[in-house]
Amino acid sequence: MDSVGSIIMYVIIALSIVIFSVLAVTARKILRAATYLLFTLFATAALYFQLDYPFLGAVQIAVYAGGIVVLFVFAILLTSNPGDNSEKLESKKRVTGLIAAIAMLLAGGYALCTRCCDLIMPQMDSATMKTVGETLMGTGYQQYLLPFEAVSVLLLACIIGGIVIARKR
Amino acid sequence: MNLNILCYLIPALIMFCCGVYGFITRKNMIAILISLELMLNAVDINFVVFNRFLFPGSMEGMFFTLFAIAIAAAETALAIAIIVNIFRVAKNIDVREITKMKF
Repeated sequence: MDSVGSIIMYVIIALSIVIFSVLAVTARKILRAATYLLFTLFATAALYFQLDYPFLGAVQIAVYAGGIVVLFVFAILLTSNPGDNSEKLESKKRVTGLIAAIAMLLAGGYALCTRCCDLIMPQMDSATMKTVGETLMGTGYQQYLLPFEAVSVLLLACIIGGIVIARKR
Repeated sequence: MNLNILCYLIPALIMFCCGVYGFITRKNMIAILISLELMLNAVDINFVVFNRFLFPGSMEGMFFTLFAIAIAAAETALAIAIIVNIFRVAKNIDVREITKMKF
C-alpha cells in the first residue's frame, strides 16, 4: 500500500512526463522545444528519486539538464533565429509520423498490458554512496571499472572529435 | 491503491512514441536530436524500472543507465559539433536541403 503522498507525487511526475514530451515534439518554436525537453528531463530525474535511486537522479540533473540542454540552447542560438516558427508540417509527413507513433504505442501497450503482471514495488534501501563507489571502482563480479574506463576514453575521443569537427579552418 | 510496474512503464512508452513522432516529422536537425534524446531517456527509464521492480537488491540497471547517460552526452556533443559545422558551410540546418556532403 503506497502512501497518498507518493501517489500524488507519481501522478504529477507521470503527467508532466507525458505532457512535456508531447509539447517537446510539437512546439513550433525550437527554443521552446528545448525548454520542454528540459522539463521532461527534470520529471525523469524526479522519477528516479521516487524509485529510490538518488544518485541516478543527481546524475540525470547534472548531465542532462545541466550539460546537454545548455549545449542544445547554445546550438539553437548559433544556428537559428530564436523567434522563428518552424514551417507547417506537410500533412503527408505528419500522417506518417502519427501512424508510426500510434502503431508503436499500440504494440508496446498491448505487449505491456498482456505480459507484465501486476508487480508491486518491493522494499529496497537506496544504495549508499559507499556501495555505488565500490561498484563503480571494483574489478570483481558485478563491478564496473572496465566500462568506467572505457567511458573515459570515449569522452576523450568525443572531445577531440568535437574540436576537430567544429574548429575554424 | 498500489502503484504497479505498468504505472511506470506506460509514461516511458508514451515518451518513446513522442520521440518517434518527432524524429519522423521534424525538419530542423536540432529538433531531430531533441526527439532522439527523448527516446534515449525513455529507454533509460525502462532500465531503471525493471531493475527496481524485478531485482531490487542489485544495481545492473542503474549502472547501465549511468553509462547510457554518459554515452548520450558524448553523442549529443559530437552531433551538435557536426550541426554547427554544417550550418557554417550551408547556412542552413534543414535536413531536406542538406544533400551534398562536400565542402
